[in-house]
Amino acid sequence: MTSLERTSIETVVCRLDQIRKESGVTALVAGEAVAVFRTYDDQVYALSNFDPFGKASVLSRGIVGTKTVVVDGVDGRVEEQVPFVASPLLKQPFDLRTGICLDNAEVSVPTYDVRVIDGVVAVGAQRGTIAT
Amino acid sequence: MAPHLRKQLVVVGHGMVGHRFVQAAIERGLTETYDIIVLGEEPRPAYDRVALTSFFEVGAEALSYLPEGVYDDPRVSLHLESEVVAMDATAQTVTLANGKAFAYDELVLATGAAPFVPPVPGKDLGNVFVYRTIEDLEAIREASRTAKAGAVIGGGLLGLEAANALHQLGVKTHVVEMAPRLMAVQIDEAGGATLKRHVEDLGLSIHTGVMTELIDGDADGNVSGIKFKDEDTLPLDIVIFSAGIRPRDLIAREAGLDIAERGGVLVNEDCRTSDEHVWAIGECAAPGGRMYGLVAPGYSMAEVVVDQLLGGEGQFLGADMSTKLKLLGVDVASFGDAFATTEDALELVFADAVAGIYKKLVVAENATGGYELLGGILVGDASAYGSLRPMVGSGMELPANPEELILPAGRGGGVELGLPDEAQICSCNNVTKAEIKAAVSDDATLNDGGPCSDAGCVTKCTKAGSTCGSCKVVVKKIVEDHFAASGKVVDKSLCEHFAMTRQELFDVVAVHGYNRFDDIIEGHGKGRGCDICKPAVASVLASLLNHHVLDGANATLQDTNDAYLANLQKNGTYSVVPRIPGGEITPDKLIVIGQVAKEFGLYTKITGGQRIDLFGARMEDLPAIWKQLVDAGMESGHAYGKSLRTVKSCVGSTWCRYGVQDSVGMAIELELRYRGLRSPHKLKGGVSGCARECAEARSKDFGIIATEKGWNLYVCGNGGAIPSHAQLLAGDLDNETLIKYLDRFLMYYIRTADRLQRTSYWMDAIGGLDRIREVVVDDALGLGAELEAAMDTHVDSYFDEWKATIEDPEKLARFVSFVNAPGTPDPNITFREERGQIQAELNDGPVSLGSTIPVGAP
Ligand code: SRM
Ligand SMILES: Cc1cc2nc3c(=O)[nH]c(=O)nc-3n(C[C@H](O)[C@H](O)[C@H](O)COP(=O)(O)OP(=O)(O)OC[C@H]3O[C@@H](n4cnc5c(N)ncnc54)[C@H](O)[C@@H]3O)c2cc1C
Ligand code: SF4
Ligand code: FES
Repeated sequence: MTSLERTSIETVVCRLDQIRKESGVTALVAGEAVAVFRTYDDQVYALSNFDPFGKASVLSRGIVGTKTVVVDGVDGRVEEQVPFVASPLLKQPFDLRTGICLDNAEVSVPTYDVRVIDGVVAVGAQRGTIAT
Repeated sequence: MAPHLRKQLVVVGHGMVGHRFVQAAIERGLTETYDIIVLGEEPRPAYDRVALTSFFEVGAEALSYLPEGVYDDPRVSLHLESEVVAMDATAQTVTLANGKAFAYDELVLATGAAPFVPPVPGKDLGNVFVYRTIEDLEAIREASRTAKAGAVIGGGLLGLEAANALHQLGVKTHVVEMAPRLMAVQIDEAGGATLKRHVEDLGLSIHTGVMTELIDGDADGNVSGIKFKDEDTLPLDIVIFSAGIRPRDLIAREAGLDIAERGGVLVNEDCRTSDEHVWAIGECAAPGGRMYGLVAPGYSMAEVVVDQLLGGEGQFLGADMSTKLKLLGVDVASFGDAFATTEDALELVFADAVAGIYKKLVVAENATGGYELLGGILVGDASAYGSLRPMVGSGMELPANPEELILPAGRGGGVELGLPDEAQICSCNNVTKAEIKAAVSDDATLNDGGPCSDAGCVTKCTKAGSTCGSCKVVVKKIVEDHFAASGKVVDKSLCEHFAMTRQELFDVVAVHGYNRFDDIIEGHGKGRGCDICKPAVASVLASLLNHHVLDGANATLQDTNDAYLANLQKNGTYSVVPRIPGGEITPDKLIVIGQVAKEFGLYTKITGGQRIDLFGARMEDLPAIWKQLVDAGMESGHAYGKSLRTVKSCVGSTWCRYGVQDSVGMAIELELRYRGLRSPHKLKGGVSGCARECAEARSKDFGIIATEKGWNLYVCGNGGAIPSHAQLLAGDLDNETLIKYLDRFLMYYIRTADRLQRTSYWMDAIGGLDRIREVVVDDALGLGAELEAAMDTHVDSYFDEWKATIEDPEKLARFVSFVNAPGTPDPNITFREERGQIQAELNDGPVSLGSTIPVGAP
């Protein structure tokens, strides 16, 4: 079942060059702490900053990299390079695209819409979360 | 049960074998039916006599088998300083010197042996010693303080060990042997000659084939020299007799028990004496007329008697007299039929006079025309001992060219051999290959109900390798082979991004001169890295370049603690630890720490590392906190880094009445020298002002303990989950040499250790303490100067990371709560109060500040 919670307004949080490649910053978006990450290939992702394992607002301070994940693709099982952040507290890896924990798919952090317009990063609404 | 139904067993002698007997009696349930009374003559409970010489390094406590002086089993009582002077086999009693008597139902004699002192005139002079007990060693050490030269009479195994000790105590040492060669019992003439050359190279004087005519004394009744037949008197201040041992069979002799022709209480295969209720074990016993001067046969006898008393049929049928030892740094081993006394035995000899290596194998043809190993002698290089000894008596057929077994590795040697399962791998504790394999097999239960995980665990659970240690390499090999065979390959890759170990990575980075992660992963890895390889690369770069860890793109490689130069706490705040070198701090600095804590509302605690931790700092407050600390003359303590943490110190000679050196001064010097040094794992040091060791230096990666003459340097200790004591690398060093060795040691570790491999594990991985000593002390790889230069570069380029950070706006930019609201504290951080200070509080979910800008309907 999918429950949709949407805000309609984007918050401009910083310039893209304020986020170093393969790192994150924390932004205040509608009163919530949101971690905004920039990957090596200049993709930008936004996740709740709250680490559900450590129960603290820290995810933006984790190390960003890639992890190989085997997925069932159209052509059978294929390897995929997943961009991820490791929680600085106890190192659980989260998929930057989906917020899902790569070690334990039962746990995930909410993700946010985010885009770069003219070198400026804007965070939008929290995306629909899969209710479990 | 009425008390008189319990029987009484008396053990005379609380030495190595007596102790093992009691242990086995408790373990196997003999105390269910017997009360055991142990009467020992020495002032202390049983200790490891085999390791007696290490008393000089580790002290009596470490050697003790029963430091508390009582057994866990209340049915055993131990009486020390209780010499039995007589036994009465008819009345079944033994009597002490003070007249006190004990009745027994069964009597076990474990009185050991005494050093033999030949009737040379002058043998009763002052400063004439034997080498058997801790008291002997204490007296020798005392005498050596003022002595210049000394002699050991006897060039056998123990004599050389005593000579080694005397030499280490800084006394010019002579070894006097009547026989034409050293270790005449164990090795042949050619081996003896090789050994002699080695020992002489170390600065000892060897006199073989000479008779001591008399010992000269001075006016005070102390030794002044010894005179050999037909020679001048050799001036000396100390004499140690080590001319063999004699079983201590006097009380048995006087009680009328049968005594062997060459001494020792005669026992049969059950270890029973000529009296039904009297047993003898260990060095005082002579099974079948022969006494054994090694501990392993004594242990077997102890087990036999326990078994017999339990109604079993255990028997002692002779023992393996193999020996391996490291004498003055020279490996010597002899095993099996070393002198080729078996009929038709053949000898294969390899000798390299230049390298000082002599190896001999004794083999015999078997029924099928192949060869079997009977024994051998190894001098100078005994590395093959562990694998050769178990082959003796195993019935195993040797390869077609048996000489390959003793050729040096480069010349076709070093062949791997599959030993049969029955082969005894550990002779000290009688453990076979099958038992070692069983300990690691999936259905094993030895290790807390499960299988052993590695060789160290096998040693703990089976005792294999726990006594003399000479079988350790083979134990490890068997365990690794087993894992390899069962498909459990130990993958040494750093992570999925780098198929290499940290050491290989270090070399790659050093050789190519990389200074960016991007180049390294492009050239040698795949993907974009992770939380394992990025900090590892960061650490390697920091060790090689000693730049600021937050410079440029490197900031994103750092683990969270390094990334903010503070330790992340569970609620997302940080703790701040200023360096307090050696634990010494002025009142002014203490006041500043207190003021900072008050101003920023921080929790304060004295750490286990002798300094003060300030907890609960918000990330955005860190620069302001550092500014105040730096202004007051403090700097980063690197509590966050895989780097030098603290060099703990005791107060030492500055205040302590026992201190023999300035341990605080030395700790401060070392902490300042190695501060900021990034390493594979954290590094800790300690310096104690005397052997009382109040700084717990031996639980550190490098520990220094003051001696009268300088410093003893111990390496590779740690506390933590699996504590290990640091081991002596070199003794009595002056300041300069100490620092030289430490520089080399630390740099060698940094270059070759694996990621998160603390020094003790690294030591095991690279080949043990001997290997480290070769590289660090003997400079066998010729790397010494290079390692020292690398350390000098580190020392010269040190700067304080906090100071550099607060001076650099670009680095400071990261220290904000929110990029878009730098002044707003993160509402997720909450505290509660406890004992008058703050404590971290966790929240179940994210805490919202409430929307500050209008948002659409939820
Ligand atoms: C603060 C302190 C406890 C205290 O309140 O006293 C402490 C705190 C931590 N220790 Fe420790 N250790 C502290 C002294 C010790 C000591 C005592 C000592 O240094 O004499 C030991 C045993 C000695 C040793 O290291 O061998 C010690 C053995 C460990 C270990 C086990 C290491 C091992 O090799 O087994 C860990 C785990 C690790 O490093 O992997 C550890 C890890 C940690 C970590 C990093 C755990 C973590 O990931 O959060 C803690 C972070 C420190 C922080 O947040 O500030 N801490 N820790 C002590 C700081 C000392 C200092 O001034 O820097
Ligand atoms: C320096 C040194 C190095 C050695 N190295 C090795 C080695 O590498 N490998 C090896 O296998 N062996 C080695 N040994 C030999 C080993 O220590 C002995 O084999 C072992 O200690 C024998 O044990 P034990 O219990 O029979 O005798 P001990 O350990 O000597 O114990 C006998 C005890 O009985 C006490 N005692 C004697 N008479 C009486 C009495 N009447 N009443 C009460 N108590 C009494 C003694 O004081 C002593 O404490 C070494 C020995 C020495 C001294
Ligand atoms: S180790 Fe020795 S010098 Fe240091 S405080 Fe303890 S007793 Fe004193
Ligand atoms: S052979 Fe001595 S410990 Fe194994």
